[in-house]
Amino acid sequence: MTHPTDLTLADAREALKSKKISAVELTRAHVDAIEKARGLNAYVAETPEQALAMAAASDAKLAKGEAGPLEGIPLGIKDLYATRGVHTQACSHILDNFKPDYESTVTSQLWRDGAVMLGKLNMDEFAMGSSNETSYYGPVASPWLPPNWTEDKARAALKGDKRGLLVPGGSSGGSASAVAARLCLGATASDTGGSIRQPAAFTGTVGIKPTYGRCSRWGMVAFASSLDQAGPIARTVRDCAIMLRSMAGHDPKDTTSVDAPVPDYEKAIGASIRGKKIGIPKEYRIDGMPAEIDRLWQQGIAWLKAAGAEIVEISLPHTKTALPAYYIVAPAEASSNLARYDGVRYGLRVPGRDISDMYEQTRAKGFGKEVRRRIMIGTYVLSAGYYDAYYVRAQKIRTLIKRDFENVYAQGVDAILTPATPSAAFGIGEKGSADPVEMYLNDVFTVTVNMAGLPGIAVPAGYTADGLPLGLQLIGRPFEEESLFSIAEVIEQAAGRVTLPKPWWN
Amino acid sequence: MSVDQANVRRIAHLARIAVKDDEVPHLEQELNAMLSFVEELSAVNVDGVEPMTSVIPMKMKMREDVVTDHAGPQVIVRNAPTSEDNFFMVPKVVE
Repeated sequence: MTHPTDLTLADAREALKSKKISAVELTRAHVDAIEKARGLNAYVAETPEQALAMAAASDAKLAKGEAGPLEGIPLGIKDLYATRGVHTQACSHILDNFKPDYESTVTSQLWRDGAVMLGKLNMDEFAMGSSNETSYYGPVASPWLPPNWTEDKARAALKGDKRGLLVPGGSSGGSASAVAARLCLGATASDTGGSIRQPAAFTGTVGIKPTYGRCSRWGMVAFASSLDQAGPIARTVRDCAIMLRSMAGHDPKDTTSVDAPVPDYEKAIGASIRGKKIGIPKEYRIDGMPAEIDRLWQQGIAWLKAAGAEIVEISLPHTKTALPAYYIVAPAEASSNLARYDGVRYGLRVPGRDISDMYEQTRAKGFGKEVRRRIMIGTYVLSAGYYDAYYVRAQKIRTLIKRDFENVYAQGVDAILTPATPSAAFGIGEKGSADPVEMYLNDVFTVTVNMAGLPGIAVPAGYTADGLPLGLQLIGRPFEEESLFSIAEVIEQAAGRVTLPKPWWN
Repeated sequence: MSVDQANVRRIAHLARIAVKDDEVPHLEQELNAMLSFVEELSAVNVDGVEPMTSVIPMKMKMREDVVTDHAGPQVIVRNAPTSEDNFFMVPKVVE
């Protein structure tokens, strides 16, 4: 029989229902795998006792025939979701020892549906990063071996500073690494500029950022509130569909969550895409794009055409402005959201001469370099005299970016196909140390989607010549996640399931 | 537009983040790298364009102005670095 941790979420659900495995056995297998994989640094807090207790409760429900849609399914939770009594720090030093007395809406819905919590997953500090290197808890290694590395060399690097091992992407790097390394059947993640889709693409996993408002943000540590959205990372399109159904839904505690019924997303899997109009935006063919990324894109177009979709060239003229505009809007909102970390109500406190000095010392020590930089740029673009030139202008450009999408959707386009990332995963310590902007370019294909509030899914579609996974992105109409699941599954089927790396890290 | 070292110190103070003297030149360089990255936006024609206020159009919901969630003071101060008698403790503010 397949090792329990190698099951897809959907297969595990069947195995639990047919009593081929108990929830406790399935959870125990994951707890053991996590223990052996500590070198990857995917989890920042493990909750094995809680997991086994939840699994035992699931077994009781399964026995009584009262199983929820996720009954007994072990999941990893990104560290920015508030989990009652459990480590919740968005991987920042400034939230030292913070254990909330409340549960985020998204996680409470997962537990309502029977899921089991394995622990909290590493991430870039406050979700600011594209490589999981800004975490206070150190970088996460991808389970994919760097090209031409032996397992011995990789194991040695895991014990050291991890330099040269591959990044899992970010900010949901712990989520992506854990899913790819079979340390959970699925994970929660969040996406402000690409933080679900880029790590999914880097690790050969599937990740969906739903439409803004589809999931409640209540109880998620805020980065940029007009862009942040929750979503899952899992090993198949179907598994993502199963998780999203439980995560989504209206929440009176978040006024930006949408009061609309949640469809059974799984039903969209396998639906025909014949006659669907797929847009190919010419502006995404950027200068210096590696030939293998372009080849992957062309392959994706061919697959969808073969499945009966109609391919149309489209134009999204403001694409190029999205990334710079994002680096005004997101830091501005972050500088405001992160003002709450002052050393008074929770987390770290560094003493000072007076209260103002206490704030300044606490925030200097508690925030990492990237977070400090973004708070400062955000403070600058919101400050008197610069607000109109930067912030208001960026919000106007955001209107233009959204209008681009509305125009192509008005022409009957159902979804848009693009590459997910401009490259495959790079090495830990390789990018962004001299120029922060180098790292930001990772999100060039994903950030437009957040700026326009649209749903986007990344699905594995092929490999580089070196054997590293590459993903394609599908962008949908607002609240039409079902179309994305149908189309993404066509790509998944055509590309064949990803062969994930064997556990060399044990 | 770009920032100089005096601007960096002013921004850091507005953001309530202490910076050491030897950090200032480096921050100046990084902030200017970000500002030059966003510079191209000044060339975009935004005449007559409304700034975005809500990415997904929706009606702001209203609710009764009543207490809906109240865990009690002990719970609220539980995560505080220092507290006394269910109050947050801070350095003396008023002389």
